[in-house]
Amino acid sequence: MTETLKRTNLYQWHVDHGGRMVPFAGWEMPVQYPTGPIEEHHTTRRAAGLFDIDHMGQMDVRGPQAEAFVNQLITYDVRQMKLFDAHYALMCYADGGTVDDLFVYKLPDRSGAEDRPYFFLAVNASNREKDVAWVQAHAGDFDVEVRDLSDETYMLAFQGPKAPEIMNRLTHVDLEAVPRFTAVTDTIFEDVPVLLGRTGYTGEDGFELFFPAEHALKVWEGILKEGEPEGVKPIGLAARDSLRFEPCMPLYGHELTADITPVEARLSFAVSFDKDFIGRDALLKQKLEGPDYLLVGFEMVDRGVPRHGYEVLHDGMDVGDVTTGMFSPTTGRYLGLAYVPREISALDTEIEIVIRNKPKRAKIVKRPFYVPAYRR
Amino acid sequence: MKLDPNARYAETHEWARQEDDLIVCGITDHAQEELSDVVYVELPEVGQSLDKGEVFGVIESVKAASDLYMPMGGEIVETNDALEDSPEIVNEDPYGEGWMIKFKPSDPGEWDDLLSPEAYEQSVASGV
Repeated sequence: MTETLKRTNLYQWHVDHGGRMVPFAGWEMPVQYPTGPIEEHHTTRRAAGLFDIDHMGQMDVRGPQAEAFVNQLITYDVRQMKLFDAHYALMCYADGGTVDDLFVYKLPDRSGAEDRPYFFLAVNASNREKDVAWVQAHAGDFDVEVRDLSDETYMLAFQGPKAPEIMNRLTHVDLEAVPRFTAVTDTIFEDVPVLLGRTGYTGEDGFELFFPAEHALKVWEGILKEGEPEGVKPIGLAARDSLRFEPCMPLYGHELTADITPVEARLSFAVSFDKDFIGRDALLKQKLEGPDYLLVGFEMVDRGVPRHGYEVLHDGMDVGDVTTGMFSPTTGRYLGLAYVPREISALDTEIEIVIRNKPKRAKIVKRPFYVPAYRR
Repeated sequence: MKLDPNARYAETHEWARQEDDLIVCGITDHAQEELSDVVYVELPEVGQSLDKGEVFGVIESVKAASDLYMPMGGEIVETNDALEDSPEIVNEDPYGEGWMIKFKPSDPGEWDDLLSPEAYEQSVASGV
């Protein structure tokens, strides 16, 4: 039963600053700091927040056939990406179920004789070993090298409306010239080589940072100090969850599993059906025929907090499960995501959520609950 | 941890205070701190009779739902409706505005079974 939890290089910092440490995906991570998750949520939406997300995994794929290999492995067509583009994508099983969702970066590989792209993948903490094994298992026929870089790479997220101007004071490159879903390399804090992706998991503008793990404390404290006038705070996992939930970004293990496809999860924007990849035939069939189940957003009509795993009823029949539910700090509403049969997935459909054995009324509402800042 | 010197305490982290012939009840400062941000409180119907130790409601924080237990048996005569729209009051003022229920005790003698502020503090410190 006892499992040794891994700790990031910032573990002691979190403890010293009142971080409440909890087990998450095999790691001991701060779920919140003393101000509490709701204030942390608002800080990120109104100013900016800094997240230790080093539990996440990273891989790179290099070699003459890197592009062809990655392209048949993930749902999004990386051939249409320019160098320094970053894009959301998924890896699927042959039946369309999801191995993981990830961010793919297309970067110049200068290690070879000629410039060619290599690919950098950021994957979920809970799936790291599985993903590395999956990618390596499929590399066989391709002239590629796959490396798990998770240990030596540190990952932070710096998110919120104030994040770009604060980060811009720390970089040499002008980040105003780095649009959403692109990346740039630079050196910060004198000697820290960093890959900065203008991406994130909060619905706010901001960055995800990748750099050598030995610099974790310097970068973490440096950003907090630089952002002090704007009120930048460290943010724990609880607020990270509510921040990703409002713009309806999926979390593996909740909205995505081996039994759920990107089509059911309404992530077709990240699926390029006109190229070949593992799971494509199953997904295309499902897309054309219409999936049996669909992810929907709902709002409680009766009072109550919906949570992961609660039953969904329609006309008294058990029709599905809540994947994520909570009090949404930005909207002040009790909201949830659930899978229901496609026939009852229309807006305003009345459903019930079983909370502590009592059915409570809810209705299907529009997603996302919060439109990301970069889409407004 | 803040304590109300006039209250008595249950090991399940509720406080009780005598108000004329009624008992007012809420959760302790220690409990609200452990729960962190409260997002929902469900309270009983007025008129309901509950035994000591019986569940009178549910409190939900960002991450979890927890039961609330009667520190003494009694009949509910009033509940704090303000918590319906502003459950965060429990975090801000657990011994004052964040009270939850008032009840008429069925056996006023049960008061003597509750913990003094000092005893409650000790029970928390001994790592419950």
